[in-house]
Amino acid sequence: MAERSFAREVQDLKLGDGEEFRGEGILAITKALLQSGVSYVGGYQGAPISHLMDVLADAKDVLDELGVHFENSASEAAAAATLAASVNYPIRGAVTFKSPVGINVASDAIANLASGGVTGGTLIIIGEDYGEGSSIMQERSHPFAMKSQVWLLDPRPNLPSIVKAVEDGFELSEVSHTPVMLEVRIRACHVHGRFIAKDNKRPDFTLRDALEHPRRDTERVVLPPASYLHEREKIEQRWPAAVKFIKERKLNEFFGPEKADVGIVVQGGFYNSVMRALQQLGLADVYGETSVPIYVLNVTYPLINDEVAAFAVNKKAILIVEEGQPEFIEQALNTILRRRDIQTRIAGKDVLPMAGEYTPAVVLKGVKAFLELHAKTLLGNAPPLPDASSVLGDPKIKALGKAVPPRPPTFCVGCPERPIFAAMKLVQQELGQHYVAGDIGCHLFASLPPFHIGDTTMGYGLGPASSSAFNVKAGKRPISILGDGGFWHNGLSSSVGNAVYNKQDGVIMVVDNFYSAATGGQDIMSSRALNLARSTNNTIVDAVKGIGVKWVRHIDRTYDVTRMRDTLREALTTKEGGPKVIVASSECMLNKQRREKPLFQKSVRDGQRKVRERFGVDEDVCTGDHACIRLSGCPSLSVKHTDDPLKDDPVAAIDNNCVGCGNCGEVSEAAVLCPSFYRADIIHNPTWFDRFLSGLRRSVIGFLQYRREARRIAFAD
Amino acid sequence: MNDLSTTLTPTRFTTERPICIAVMAMGGQGGGVLADWIVELAEQQGWHAQSTSVPGVAQRTGATIYYVEMLPPKAGRAPILSLMPAQGEVDVVLASELMEAGRSILRGLVTPDRTTLIASTHRLYSTAEKEKPGDATADPAVVVDAAGVAAKRTIAFDMEALANKNNSHISACLFGALAASATLPFARESFEAIIKAGGKGIEPSLKAFGAAYEQAVQPDAPRPALARPGKRFAPVPASAGRADLDTLLARMREFPSALHKILFAGVKHLTDFQDPVYAGEYLDRVTKIYQLDRAHGGAAKNYALTAAAAKYIAVAMTYDDVIRVADLKTRKSRFERVQRENSVGEGQIVYTTEYMHPRLEEVAGTMPAPLGRFLESNPALFGWMFRKGRRVRSGTIHWFLMLYLLAALKPIRRTTLRHKREMTHLDAWLALAAERVPENYDLAVEIINTRRLVKGYSDTHARGVSKFDRVIGAVPLLAPRADGAEWMRRLRDAALMDEKGIALDGALKTISTP
Repeated sequence: MAERSFAREVQDLKLGDGEEFRGEGILAITKALLQSGVSYVGGYQGAPISHLMDVLADAKDVLDELGVHFENSASEAAAAATLAASVNYPIRGAVTFKSPVGINVASDAIANLASGGVTGGTLIIIGEDYGEGSSIMQERSHPFAMKSQVWLLDPRPNLPSIVKAVEDGFELSEVSHTPVMLEVRIRACHVHGRFIAKDNKRPDFTLRDALEHPRRDTERVVLPPASYLHEREKIEQRWPAAVKFIKERKLNEFFGPEKADVGIVVQGGFYNSVMRALQQLGLADVYGETSVPIYVLNVTYPLINDEVAAFAVNKKAILIVEEGQPEFIEQALNTILRRRDIQTRIAGKDVLPMAGEYTPAVVLKGVKAFLELHAKTLLGNAPPLPDASSVLGDPKIKALGKAVPPRPPTFCVGCPERPIFAAMKLVQQELGQHYVAGDIGCHLFASLPPFHIGDTTMGYGLGPASSSAFNVKAGKRPISILGDGGFWHNGLSSSVGNAVYNKQDGVIMVVDNFYSAATGGQDIMSSRALNLARSTNNTIVDAVKGIGVKWVRHIDRTYDVTRMRDTLREALTTKEGGPKVIVASSECMLNKQRREKPLFQKSVRDGQRKVRERFGVDEDVCTGDHACIRLSGCPSLSVKHTDDPLKDDPVAAIDNNCVGCGNCGEVSEAAVLCPSFYRADIIHNPTWFDRFLSGLRRSVIGFLQYRREARRIAFAD
Repeated sequence: MNDLSTTLTPTRFTTERPICIAVMAMGGQGGGVLADWIVELAEQQGWHAQSTSVPGVAQRTGATIYYVEMLPPKAGRAPILSLMPAQGEVDVVLASELMEAGRSILRGLVTPDRTTLIASTHRLYSTAEKEKPGDATADPAVVVDAAGVAAKRTIAFDMEALANKNNSHISACLFGALAASATLPFARESFEAIIKAGGKGIEPSLKAFGAAYEQAVQPDAPRPALARPGKRFAPVPASAGRADLDTLLARMREFPSALHKILFAGVKHLTDFQDPVYAGEYLDRVTKIYQLDRAHGGAAKNYALTAAAAKYIAVAMTYDDVIRVADLKTRKSRFERVQRENSVGEGQIVYTTEYMHPRLEEVAGTMPAPLGRFLESNPALFGWMFRKGRRVRSGTIHWFLMLYLLAALKPIRRTTLRHKREMTHLDAWLALAAERVPENYDLAVEIINTRRLVKGYSDTHARGVSKFDRVIGAVPLLAPRADGAEWMRRLRDAALMDEKGIALDGALKTISTP
């Protein structure tokens, strides 16, 4: 189960003809798939497309009714390979993942699929994770479309345009026998908007039909000589078919006057930003009127040479607004105009930055610079531009630069991964700093303060693989981190299998929190939950042993910092060769709390005896050194200023968000920090025996306390 | 879609612009709920509204922005709205925490011609602020000053406290303050209707909304107390009702009156730690320093040396030993505080479990000195007993009794190994300071202040002492310098910047290079 329920959103998937859908962009895409008669959907979760997967996982009845098959693919490669169903049959299929990391993984399958071509419409929905909020390397997905000859849609970021792109995409794929990628950026995935829905469509030709009446065509298999044929087919047949469809169906859009000295070509996703910039310059309004012609590339690959030429000809200059690098579209525009000997100037990366996100401010600056160069008269009546520079130059604001602390994401309150890295920090304090290969997942937060653990990340499930070269005799062993998500995605073979085969003398720490936690708490093979639709409870320990690891330790409660530290120390110092695998398991606290908190509260309301645990700090015992914080970083373990005139530094304090995970206490015990931490067990609805025992204890303790207070010589408070 | 438009004449543009609202929050604070409420509110009024966010991993407690634009449709045409806030274009910034308000100003989202800044003034400290051994919390006044320059209007108060009071979330308070700000042309009832249409926690949300609304509309609401809390000095009583305590009060009064409050804090603390006689010894030590102070022109410096000594001698004499911890953990006031801090309600029972890990050193330290030394030099004998932490269930009779009896060792404290060591260290430190007074008064004050570095228990304590020793070790180098005291202060600050003393090493290197 994902970390939030999509029960309400599932209702939106049932909307019929003429009803209005209101919601998130990525959910509009999901609805559009069902409206388009899709037969199967696969994918791998990850921001910003997780919600597409999550809502379908919760929408079993809707999918069953329509006969749609939905898979939680093991990886993006598995997802892309699913599209093979559309090679020989008129079956529409879609897969989704985040990009470009997802396409990197999927590219083998995508390239094979694109070579043979497709019969049924295939759509690859990619959440382009670029710019603010991105968690991956900053690259473009665009060249994957170019290298495999796959078409790339980049619709304007509003719900009607995005939904239309899904519908058009399937048709485009079918007429050109080519897979189509639909690129949506982070904010467009999460944009709230509305569109008028259509009825969902049952596929005409079903997967069952295909299985029961198989067809084959050797020419679709990627083997010579067919593969040579495929390449020619791409250029001679599929490309022209696509161009014809895009032109006839007017997938790209033109706005504004037909005649003008200058014009702007824009990737569909940046249309709103360009319009806002023109509005600020007094050249457009908020309802879409513009006096500068705009050519919107809702299809960014392939480009339609005739459209480009028609737009450019008779203009002095055009600007291409294209985010990221290299500037593939700008280069292509130059080629198109050069070949036709059209002398229109092409501006792009000369007035806009080559690298970095195209925020509204960046686009405004670029458009303004372009107009100043090529159509200065247009700026004659420009209103004053919104500007914060005079404010930002003020010394009082500049002082903020030093005061406002960075606030990167970190482990949640009570996260079970925190004690793993606390233990690792303690072991390194004993045995010295080690090489630690990181991996993708929440555990990568360990590379930030306060843990500072993790030297590299090479890709999902590749942590231990990235320690391969360090398989040499040395005084220290490499430590590799691998999350449970990464383990099943790729890690079992590429990392653990690789380490077994090559006798890697290192330590592999598998962080097992029962979910694909960083992407929203989706179930995976080793999840402990009972999931009727999937096979869960396949343990990592069994898998690791099955693949041939001899030295395996399972710690089924990560919060046991002492045991964690001792096991890690043993793994780093044992004489045994080959990979030493520690599987550290405890449930993701975010998911655990979402599951258990309402149940706890209900039990308490129903009058059942329940014990809530939380931690506290005795502020008169704490001396304000914050060593505990350096081994924790828990958001609920903070500091507070004390009014004690004999204490200089703020003391530790635990706020109300504490979930009583025990890390603070365990760490202060294992690291021999201080006796300030205590755990409070609060008994709700105590039984008569609880009350009796507590009464007895309190009377004895109360008497002793009274006795001592009476004898204490002290100044009155 | 007016594709290939044939419009040749310049279009007449409408001048409407959307209302732009940025929500600055941390993952898990309900920023998404708030953005959804605002969108629903606008849509209920027949407006078009668009919200965007970048959840992803930023959701995991990192700083994140939700952005909303809204505008009514015109002649059936939907407005084209931006997916990102732009500098100088934001009408309302809602910040769920003080430094996030600061971040919005730094990003240029708050401008004086346009922006109403609505912020909660409470602090959630970042890891960078918390992890330093000293006090690295950001100065809240900087944000207040900046808001004064950047915002057209500021509505700021502690919304976390208000949310807690009403058993609700900050998002409801921000929504209430937004309604009160009248930046959106919608009535209060429309805001409340949105909360009522929501799924859960409607009553508490409405209460928090209302409370925030009321506070935000108060024309002369008291300015938020944003300065760090000051130190609380107990008033010096005329008499404590006991001859021995009154003697201490009388001795205290022989000092200049400006020193009374810190001296009383010390005397009070020492009496509590041990007994009035021990407090008397404290005054003896301070008196010696005071005499020296007076002899070397201390009057002109407001007796800075004595003031520093009054504080840090008290700190040094009340070292944290097992007896002290046991005493503090068994007090009635402590049991009451645990009840209060954990909001233990009527009919609920609370038990505490202490996480303790006394090492052989601590145990030996609590023994009479010769026995303690014997234990320490023969760790094989009893060391095995202290390799594990102890979970002390202090609410049960036998564990309480154990702590209670440990605390009862107070009368023998002055014979313990730990006490001997602490006093030797204390006297050496005071002697070093005293020695420097004639030639460099200010440096002597800083030597006293350096005692701040010694804190914590076990390894932490050892690390503190090592930093103290390294800073004190620089005294011979600094003594001849006119800016010696200033450097001493810098060394101390550097020592508080990181755990291992890397900054301190750097600073020491700077002064040792000629």
